[in-house]
Formats: sequence, C-alpha cells, structure tokens
Amino acid sequence: MDAPATAETLTLVEAGRRAVLQEMRRDPRIWVLGEDVARGGLFGQYRGFRDEFGPDRVVSTPISESTIMGAGLGAALVGTRPIIEMRIFDFAMCAMDELVNQIAKIRYMFGGQAKAALVVRMPHGIWRNSAAQHSQTLEAWFAHLPGVVVAAPSTPADTAGLLVAAIRSDDPVLFFDPKNLFGVTGPVPAEIDPLPFGIARQVLSGGDLTMVAWSSILPDCEAACAALAQEGIGVDLIDLRTLWPWDEDAVAASVARTGRLLVVHEAVQAAGFGAEVVARMIERLGPAAVKAARRLGAPRVPVPFSPPLEEAVKVTAAKIVAAAKATLGA
Amino acid sequence: MAETALAGHNMCRLIELYRTMVRIRAFEETALAAHRAGLMPGPLHASIGQEAVAAGVCLNLRRDDRITSNHRGHGHAIAKGAGVAGMMAELFGRAGGHCGGKGGSMHIADFSVGMLGANGVVAGGIPIAVGAAQGLRLLGSDAIVACFFGDGAINRGPFLEGLNWAALYRLPVLFVCEDNGVAAFTRAGEVTAGPGAVARAQAIGVAAESVDGNDAVAVDAAAGRLAAAVRRGDGPRLLHLRTYRLLGHTSTDQAAWRPEQEVAEARARDPIARLRARLLGEGVAAAALDAIIAGAEAEMSAARDAALAAPWPDPATAWTDVLDADRQEVA
Ligand SMILES: Cc1ncc(C[n+]2csc(CCOP(=O)(O)OP(=O)(O)O)c2C)c(N)n1
Repeated sequence: MDAPATAETLTLVEAGRRAVLQEMRRDPRIWVLGEDVARGGLFGQYRGFRDEFGPDRVVSTPISESTIMGAGLGAALVGTRPIIEMRIFDFAMCAMDELVNQIAKIRYMFGGQAKAALVVRMPHGIWRNSAAQHSQTLEAWFAHLPGVVVAAPSTPADTAGLLVAAIRSDDPVLFFDPKNLFGVTGPVPAEIDPLPFGIARQVLSGGDLTMVAWSSILPDCEAACAALAQEGIGVDLIDLRTLWPWDEDAVAASVARTGRLLVVHEAVQAAGFGAEVVARMIERLGPAAVKAARRLGAPRVPVPFSPPLEEAVKVTAAKIVAAAKATLGA
Repeated sequence: MAETALAGHNMCRLIELYRTMVRIRAFEETALAAHRAGLMPGPLHASIGQEAVAAGVCLNLRRDDRITSNHRGHGHAIAKGAGVAGMMAELFGRAGGHCGGKGGSMHIADFSVGMLGANGVVAGGIPIAVGAAQGLRLLGSDAIVACFFGDGAINRGPFLEGLNWAALYRLPVLFVCEDNGVAAFTRAGEVTAGPGAVARAQAIGVAAESVDGNDAVAVDAAAGRLAAAVRRGDGPRLLHLRTYRLLGHTSTDQAAWRPEQEVAEARARDPIARLRARLLGEGVAAAALDAIIAGAEAEMSAARDAALAAPWPDPATAWTDVLDADRQEVA
C-alpha cells in the first residue's frame, strides 16, 4: 500500500473544481460546456479553467439549455467526454427531452452501439431564499429513470471522488451538487481517487435507529443526531452518496440491527426516493424485521420565497429529531 | 395654435415618461440599499439604466393589455401600474406582498393591472405571452400582450417557437427585446450569431424595429407605432431596444469584468438624465423635475418603511394556493 496522499482542507465547491481540473489535465477528451463557464461558472467551479484549457475545452454557451444538453450528448457519441454544466438544476427543465428521451435511451435503444459517457452537473436545492424556480430537489425523478446514474454527495471528499468516478465512467451520470453546502469544508486528498458508485458512507454508528439521507440535508441530520445522542439515542447515520446505484446492502445490514428506519430528504416526501428505500427494506428484510419505517421530506408545496414560509416547509434538524423519536416510539 | 396644443400634449407625455422612469429608479435604489443592508432576502436583479424601455413601452398599453416579464422585471411591473407598496412588501417577503411573500423579486406579478408575472426562467414568459394573446382573441378582446425579454433569451428555443406561433396565428403580441448587451456574466455578442433579434424576427415574417432604448422619446414613439399595428390586427411585431445594464447581474455582482471606461460612457447615456436634459431644453423648470424625484423617493421610502413594518406571512400560508384538490395538513 502506498502511504496516504496528503490531504488539504477545501470547500465543497473547490473540491469539485480540483476533481475536474485533475481529470481535464489527464485526458484531453474531457471538456466542459455551459453558461458563463469561461468566467468560472456561477459558483466558481471552473475558476481558471479557460486560461488553462482554452476556449475549445471550456465553452461558454448561449442560454440554450436544450442544446447544451443535446450537444453534450452528440459530442459524447463521437468520443469526447463532456461535462455538461446546467448552472442550477431548475434550468435542466428546459432540456428534458435531451436528458430523458435521448441521453438516458441512446445506449439501450441502439443495442449498445454507443454509450453516453458524459456528466451532467446540476447544483440543486434550497439556497439563499431563491424561491420556487431556483430551489428544487427532484433527484427522485431520475432515480426513477432507467439509463442514468444519480449522484448526490454531501461532503468535499465525496464530491471530488464521485466527480472523478463520474468523469471516468462510460455511463451518463447526473451529478447533483448540493448548492447550500458549497461552502462547507473538509479534507480532500491531493490525488483524488474515483469513489465507486453505490457505496454508502457510514457517518455515525448507533444501535437504536437507522437514518438514511443524502446531499444537502446531511448536516441537519448530523445536528439532529447530536441532539438525539444527548438524550442517549444512538443513530446509525448513512449517507447514500448515490441514489442509483444505491447501497441497499449497507442499509439492510443496519436496519437488520436496529429494526427502525428513518429516511430523510430535502425533497418533497410524497413519492420521493425515501419511499423506495423503505419499500425495499420491507421487501428484503420482511415486515417482522422492520419494526418501524418512516420518511421525512418536505410537504408537497413549491419552495416559497419568504424566509418564514421557506423555513416552514423545509426539513430542519428539529423536524428530524421529532421524526426520529416518532420512529422510535412506533 | 394647433402646434402649441400638440407641444403641450407632448410635454405631458414626456413628463409622464420621466415620472415613471424616476419612480422605477427610486424603487430599485431603495430596494438595493435595503438589500445591501441585509434587510432583504433572495437575489435582486436591478434594471438601473434600462428604465426607458419599460416606461416607453408601457405608456402605449391600456390597463387591460397584458405583459409578461423576466427576472429583471421591477420596471416592467411599475410601468404597467403595479402597486409599489405590494411590490416592496413582496421583495421583503412580507404579508401584503402581491404574491403573499411566496414569489419575491424574481416572481413579481400583479394580475389586477395585467402584469402576468416576472419569470425566473430566461424566455419563460415568451410562450405565455403568445398564449395570452391567443386567449384574448378567443375572448373577443382587442387587448394586446407586450412580452419583455432580454437579449440572452433569443438563443432559447421558445423565442423562435413563440415568434413563429404568433406570426402563424397573427396574434396580438408586441415582442420587446431589451438588449442590454450582456447575459449574466457573458457579453451577448459572444454567444449570439448573426445580427440578432430583429433579423431573426424578420426571417419569419414578423416586422421589427430597432431603436435606442436609452432614448425614452424614441422608445415611446416606436412602441406606439408597433402597438397600434398589433392592436389593429396586423399580427405580432418586435421592438428591439438597445440599452445598458449599469449595475451587475444581481445585487451581489459588481460586474468587475467590464472596463470602467465602458461603464462611464454608458453612464453618460443614462436615459433619465437624457430625458431630463430634453425637458429642461423644452423649458420645463428644474424645480418641477426635482419635485418629481423627491415625490418618487418619498413614495418608495414610505413603501419600504411600510414593508419593513408589515408582519411576516403566517407560516400556514405556505400550504395555501397549491392545489384545489389538496387536502394537505399543515405540518
Ligand atoms: C433557462 C434559464 N437559463 C439560465 C438562467 C440563469 N440566468 C438568469 S438571468 C440570465 C441572463 C439573462 O440575460 P438576458 O435575457 O439578456 O437578461 P438580462 O439579465 O441581461 O436582463 C441567466 C443566464 C435562467 N434564469 N433561465
């Protein structure tokens, strides 16, 4: 085994930047397209890229989301490896045909003649009171969609590792950057290894309850778990990191121990990915082994602008604590 | 003395234009100051320097005409007659805002004056405007729809689709391309092929004109001509207005990448200052114009103070206005 590479403390957005930088230096087929990327991107994810890689590999595009998405696919079909930057997730709504009917279907429909080896980056979620058209978390839609990988990390290291894996993968990877966590810091190795899809991260260990989450809600889950620990409640907190493929084995092993499952997501609870996790655990372990299973998500309400309204519909640490206790009481 | 009468009429119109522009400026400066002071949540896109567009176009609309707007829409709303108290309250996220605090700056709407909504999605308003025009005709109305969008929006599919649709069905739409030369942090010219909106409209048979969007009088005249044609049933028209975004993309962006010289030159073409010079030249007393400014500033300060004093919305309202079919319990 090599000695562990030196790690640096980076923000999540910088961790992502380093990952893409490392890969673009390694492979000249990799390029990035999206609005304002030559100016470093909306969040600085591509700061300095234009100077280093030039205008052919760092392409600031027109505001033409359907063509940003579709052109990325076309470029992948002839052997380049595009990173399609959607600015924020909500604008990918303008490119649904290209994503759902084209990118997700090409390989299968054409009998495996080509793969859509591309990454679509879509920073998502509630951030700075941006209201209904700039705050959505709809990752569950894409877990439901055959033909795509769905990544939704919550830490700088996972963002870096999963981005490297996404870039090297021949599958189309939908990468949901957690907007509200861009500023959180954590260690990131100087040499970023790919983090395989479908391996969950054990955040905390505890015997009373299994809590499953991903993406932007993780810090609230950790705060809730700290509060629960004060009351002597031990939580097995699992960050799925990718929703497709997802680490059923890790969740099943935990639920088999604790017998109680709470899935937490920022997204709307109804028909969210939490429902899939709960259903799979009951199918797999049997109803007798799962004494209680709940989900906690947002109400089926668009994200409102006004701070007290946003706060009212948002999943918070306090709501997570209450849901955890309800799961234990059930 | 027909000429005098005409001049008198024009003077009223010019002063009306001036008042609207000054009110838009005062509204946005008041909002920006509050935003900088940390009193206002969310992103704020100011149209400082572009006021002649909204004022000149909307002066040619009736109350029952409709408009659709974009993310930089405060001016469009004010010029269409939206109440500034409700707008300011909305920007502060307070009860009493036009949208009850659910929308904020980027989603101002005031249906009571035909303002069908700002939009957080570039070009999102274009198909809506086209459909509104189709609906109005179906209802037998002679109202028209003005559709405001930026130069950045013409590279999205809905622009082409909307133009074609409106031309095909000869719909009463006045497309207004507010060309400030930039889209967020990128110059429009760097991401737009060919000569732009006018040529694109003409290519599918929509008559189009381009005028200096910082010359309020020219905007008013052109909008008047085109709106009249649209109302007559001649089909859609496109008005391209060249202007300049004096500030950054949002309240937190300094647009530091633009050469100072360029911004300074643009400041010298400030549409409000230009109209003021013209009015002074026509013999209007400076004191009268200053009174308009003072009145607008007082109006907007009062709107701000009232908004800040207004209660926050009841959190339970987060659950209202989702669906008639909902039976959702408040959490
Ligand atoms: C479909 C879509 N893509 C991207 C964005 C992000 N965005 C907001 S405003 C803007 C620039 C728009 O430029 P323009 O239409 O010219 O209006 P301006 O900001 O110059 O007034 C961009 C890219 C968006 N809101 N919607």
